[in-house]
Amino acid sequence: MNVPLLADVAAEGKSIDILFWVGCAGSFDARAQKVTKAFARILNHVGVNYAILGEEELCTGDPARRAGNEFVFQMTALQNVETLNGYGVKKIVTACPHCFNTLKNEYPALGGSYEVIHHTQLLQELINTGKLKLKGGGTFKGKRITYHDSCYLGRVNRIYEAPRKVLEALDVELVEMKRCKSKGLCCGAGGAQMFKEDEPGNKRINAERVDEALNTGAKTIAANCPFCLTMLTDGVTAKGKEDTVEVYDLSELIADSLPPGQE
Amino acid sequence: MIQQVLFIVVTIVAFGWAIKQFGRIRSNIKLGAPETISGDTGTRWKNVLLVAFGQQKMFAQWKPALLHFFIYSAFLLTQVELIEILIDGFTGQHRMFAPLLGGFYTFVISFIEILSLLALIATVVFILRRTIFKRDRFNKPEMKGWPSKDGLLILAGEVVLIAAIFTMNGTDILLQELDPEHFPDTGNLAVSSILGPALFGSLSQNTLVILERVGWWLHLLTVYAFLNYLPISKHLHIALAFPNAYFSRLRPRGEMENMPDIMNEVKSMMGLIEEEEPPEGEELPEFGAKDVFDLSWKTLLDAYSCTECGRCTAACPANLTGKKLSPRKVMMDIRDRLEVVSTTRASQSAEQKAAPYDDGKSLFDSITPEELHACTACQACVEACPVLINPLEPILAMRRYEVLTESSGPSDWIPMFNSIENSGAVWQVGDARDAWTKD
Ligand code: SF4
Ligand code: SF4
Repeated sequence: MNVPLLADVAAEGKSIDILFWVGCAGSFDARAQKVTKAFARILNHVGVNYAILGEEELCTGDPARRAGNEFVFQMTALQNVETLNGYGVKKIVTACPHCFNTLKNEYPALGGSYEVIHHTQLLQELINTGKLKLKGGGTFKGKRITYHDSCYLGRVNRIYEAPRKVLEALDVELVEMKRCKSKGLCCGAGGAQMFKEDEPGNKRINAERVDEALNTGAKTIAANCPFCLTMLTDGVTAKGKEDTVEVYDLSELIADSLPPGQE
Repeated sequence: MIQQVLFIVVTIVAFGWAIKQFGRIRSNIKLGAPETISGDTGTRWKNVLLVAFGQQKMFAQWKPALLHFFIYSAFLLTQVELIEILIDGFTGQHRMFAPLLGGFYTFVISFIEILSLLALIATVVFILRRTIFKRDRFNKPEMKGWPSKDGLLILAGEVVLIAAIFTMNGTDILLQELDPEHFPDTGNLAVSSILGPALFGSLSQNTLVILERVGWWLHLLTVYAFLNYLPISKHLHIALAFPNAYFSRLRPRGEMENMPDIMNEVKSMMGLIEEEEPPEGEELPEFGAKDVFDLSWKTLLDAYSCTECGRCTAACPANLTGKKLSPRKVMMDIRDRLEVVSTTRASQSAEQKAAPYDDGKSLFDSITPEELHACTACQACVEACPVLINPLEPILAMRRYEVLTESSGPSDWIPMFNSIENSGAVWQVGDARDAWTKD
């Protein structure tokens, strides 16, 4: 797949409009890679002038910082700031709400100020401005879908509408869970929980959330975060519902409805 | 005359003691680490007006919000009546505003009476919610003992206060007929003009006079008792919710406080800034929070402002799934620790006071690593809190202490730390970061 590297673009003396920040999950996690590819396909399809950092991108440091390890956070974050400032990056889009939050809200204190948007915001913008046209009657048209607000896109950064507008464009039947928007329930991965065993309790958080999602009767759960994706998929599997219920990132739903065109 | 003297003595004692108590709270809060709260003052006042005064965030659950609002507004407006009580008490007059204000007086007192009646209903519902219906969030482990007694005690006090008001006003209505010279006409009061004759109509004038005084004094004493009870109770929030809203942090929610010391050290390691030689013989610095002194003063103000309502805990995904973590407990533990520190401090000699505080204990004695490690940093607690408390802040500050100062914390995290440090990714992977573009 043709994905430009910022180093190459810069070597040709060209500049980009927006940097696609892929993130660790998007780069290495097999499931999240599919989301990354779906989003890159959309960018290519629309003809967005973008690039990725490739090997020059490092973890933003979000899990280390929230686990309490400021040293590791600063080490990785300051290198990223160096790289981004070195290329004169102005605008960043990312498919990970944790990367989004850290780049947007935490890098300024480290000397890195950029305009940062989440991929659902870019998708909404592309749809609104007519640059991204979806083919009618996609796979998900009329289907009952529930949407899971990730904590770091939703409650923490208060972005509730953009992802819902994207779903609207797909002509799906959106059913909200009882705990949605500012009251959305965590998937259980945040605060570096993704990287450790649960503390003793009587239920896994993702099981609690998946129960709620299944109660809506939806067969598709839409997410906006690679970690939520893992947690919800695991939760669905634990319920033995993996054959009937699917968890997708919004960009996958959109990529599915792209009209034929060059990629 | 005796009443006047008694009144003045009681008033001076009540206010004097209260001032001392509030002063103690203030200096306790100042034990916290410095933090500059910056940002637009306009937004701060808006928070005070909407969140503290207008109770905006309470209305996320409208039923308790409405009931709470009755009690709250009745309480606020009763203070208007208290002004008259204070002046009457000092000067030995009776209802000095009644003849002066005429119809307006009738309106104000009637308004207070209606609110008091609504507050009484609300109080009864609240007592039932805590005792008979046992709402979940009032029955968590951290509420055992004093905290639930505290909640009920104040509700009982509220009943006494309202009873006092209606006794005072009800008997007054009857006395206005019997002895118009001493009891100026208040006009028809919304509740007491009906309740008074119904309850006290058969009593003799002497009994009425005594009852009126009993009501008046009971009203006054309940308010004074309340004033002095506040500093040892969760009800301190009625005072501290206001400064707490004003000083609420305005930086983006998702931004964890930067640690400039560590940032600069890493910068100098990377050769981005000149290395500063650490001064000779300096002890290794401690990072994060081990005790109340390491938490920002704002977090300590948060702890004193906590209403123990448990909305945070009811929304916490860790608590909901049976983990030990409860954000409310975190805030209560901080306050309790602060109280212990301040009482111990007060009994120390001047020499001990000069040294850093050490009683061999810390916050970690009440807030365990298991609780800290269960947090997903989801901020549901921050969103839920009606008085803008941030329970996540101390949780993360204590995690920082564990990891940075003690090099402890969940061992599961170590591979993640190492991997970020060595390969720049959260997982140790062999593939190139852009391998996904290749297929
Ligand atoms: S941030 Fe932590 S303490 Fe607060 S609700 Fe989420 S998991 Fe619970
Ligand atoms: S921190 Fe806020 S939400 Fe939690 S118990 Fe205290 S006042 Fe209630």
